[in-house]
Amino acid sequence: MISLAGRDILHAWGKFVFTGFGLGLLIGVTLIMAGVYRGMVDDGKALLDNSGADLWVVQRDTLGPYAEPSSLNDDTYRTILAMPGVAQAANVTYLTMQVRKGEADVRTMVVGIAPGALGATPGWPPYLVAGRQITRGHYEAVVDIAAGFKLGDRIAIRRNLYLVVGLTRRMVSSSGDPMVFIPLKDAQEAQFLKDNDAIWQSRRRTEANPAFNRTGVPGLLESVLASQSTNSFVNAVLVRLKPGHAPDDVADSIRRWKRLTVYTRAQMEGILVGKLIATSAKQISMFLVILAVVSAAIVAFIIYTLTMDKIREIAVLKLIGTRNRTIAAMIMQQALALGVIGFVVGKITATFAAPLFPKYVLLIPTDSIAGFFAVLLICVLASLVAIRMALKVDPAEAIGG
Amino acid sequence: MSGKGIRIEGLRKRYGQGDTAVDALKDVNMVVEPGEVIGLIGPSGSGKSTLLKCLGAVIDPTAGRMTLGDETIYDNGWKVRDLRALRRDKIGFVFQAPYLIPFLDVTDNVALLPMLAGVANAESRQRAVALLTALDVQHRARAMPAQLSGGEQQRVAIARGLVNRPPVILADEPTAPLDSERAVVVIRILNEMARQFETAIIVVTHDEKIIPTFKRIYHIRDG
Repeated sequence: MISLAGRDILHAWGKFVFTGFGLGLLIGVTLIMAGVYRGMVDDGKALLDNSGADLWVVQRDTLGPYAEPSSLNDDTYRTILAMPGVAQAANVTYLTMQVRKGEADVRTMVVGIAPGALGATPGWPPYLVAGRQITRGHYEAVVDIAAGFKLGDRIAIRRNLYLVVGLTRRMVSSSGDPMVFIPLKDAQEAQFLKDNDAIWQSRRRTEANPAFNRTGVPGLLESVLASQSTNSFVNAVLVRLKPGHAPDDVADSIRRWKRLTVYTRAQMEGILVGKLIATSAKQISMFLVILAVVSAAIVAFIIYTLTMDKIREIAVLKLIGTRNRTIAAMIMQQALALGVIGFVVGKITATFAAPLFPKYVLLIPTDSIAGFFAVLLICVLASLVAIRMALKVDPAEAIGG
Repeated sequence: MSGKGIRIEGLRKRYGQGDTAVDALKDVNMVVEPGEVIGLIGPSGSGKSTLLKCLGAVIDPTAGRMTLGDETIYDNGWKVRDLRALRRDKIGFVFQAPYLIPFLDVTDNVALLPMLAGVANAESRQRAVALLTALDVQHRARAMPAQLSGGEQQRVAIARGLVNRPPVILADEPTAPLDSERAVVVIRILNEMARQFETAIIVVTHDEKIIPTFKRIYHIRDG
């Protein structure tokens, strides 16, 4: 038996290809939306992977440092370093801000990393694609290549300029902003640095306060002013464990003895995926549902129209003894063919369009496979209306009268 | 009547019920022998199409008996179980417009019926080409219906009606879209096919120019 659907498609291939192309663009958008969500999750995981930490010690009762503000004294890491099972502990600061790039601004996450060495100190960018790691205590930066800086460029952060000495890749915040690594002290200053007028006014207020400006206590005012112009806080302490120690056990120990909040890798991933990007995920899910409904409506409309155009032929086919299931199969196969054309176009479109998006779009094979079967299911469901109409066609219509 | 042909006795068809009921066919009797081409004529609304639909097993008669060869199709409310298979295997149709399937070429338009009956594609196409040759349209075997003239399309439609060697062919105004010359050719072809395949052919027509070509004519008036 010949394929009636195949012959009809070949006969009207232009109509099918153009309709499939239009549907494919819609499917491409759907795949990209799924890729945006996967990219967000992957950004979150990359953030955790790149920190090189097994535990995150943060301000008590906060979801810091990525989902909520967190503030710890910068000497806390010393006591954590002394806890059993802790191999390394390092301060870290995170500050999302606009940094100047020529005349334009680039949204970045500025990361303050503690002095140390790659592999020995958590928080450092684990690999570079060009240049070197930070070797000086001030005014050097390693930048994610997505920020658009080159080696030798100077980045303005607050009032200071930083020389780009290294470039790295896939170092992004959970929002997909490229990271700029600078020395911890510089980052602490950047977080709290006020403008000159504000500093001057603050000093005047302190001098006017008799509690700090006592005539009988020389040096008190200078000490207070000095303390006000420095920042001794960090956002988190990154902890790397010794081999053989369970993260949960060490985390419990730090919680109990240091009265701080500690997150393991799994818990931090839960915060990033379950809380930080949960709303975005729901938003994207809604878009996916809408796009699926629109795709189904388009396929249903097209198949319905194509079937309406063949009413007389269907009546003739039924009159000459064609089985209902043969006619139903013809319509369903056409819907599936439309879906396959659409999916191929959509997949190609998504693959080529994904790198053009400003944020990371991750297209994974399982999403494509699931998408393919979803498209087929939608096409099958969408063809039911046309099949129902075709089966209602009276063979007597072919005779007329 | 021999083992082929068609016979109807006391055929009635009523549409609607009660006061609104309309008797479209009233006690119609007809016999068409194998190899015979008969004309069925009558004014519009006389019941020709209704009779054709009953003969084509498309609608059920209200009463009466219809026999195709030795097989009873309808008998006062009883009917054969698989009317679809009956239409496919025992009845050929030729319509006023050819109604060829636009996405199949000429050969496959004709070969589709045996394929639907389960005959292998190659054999179905062989049968189709043989009929197309008999009808002198074999040179258009690979053409699409839209590429054919009206006369060629009607010949292909006749080939489709004959391809399963049905005992009866129902032709509904087969010459209406054709000029006189081609109309006579189509009737001549139907006569030749009827003789060659021992097929009973019923031609519903208004066409004055072909009416004299029938040896027997049934007139139908108000059912």
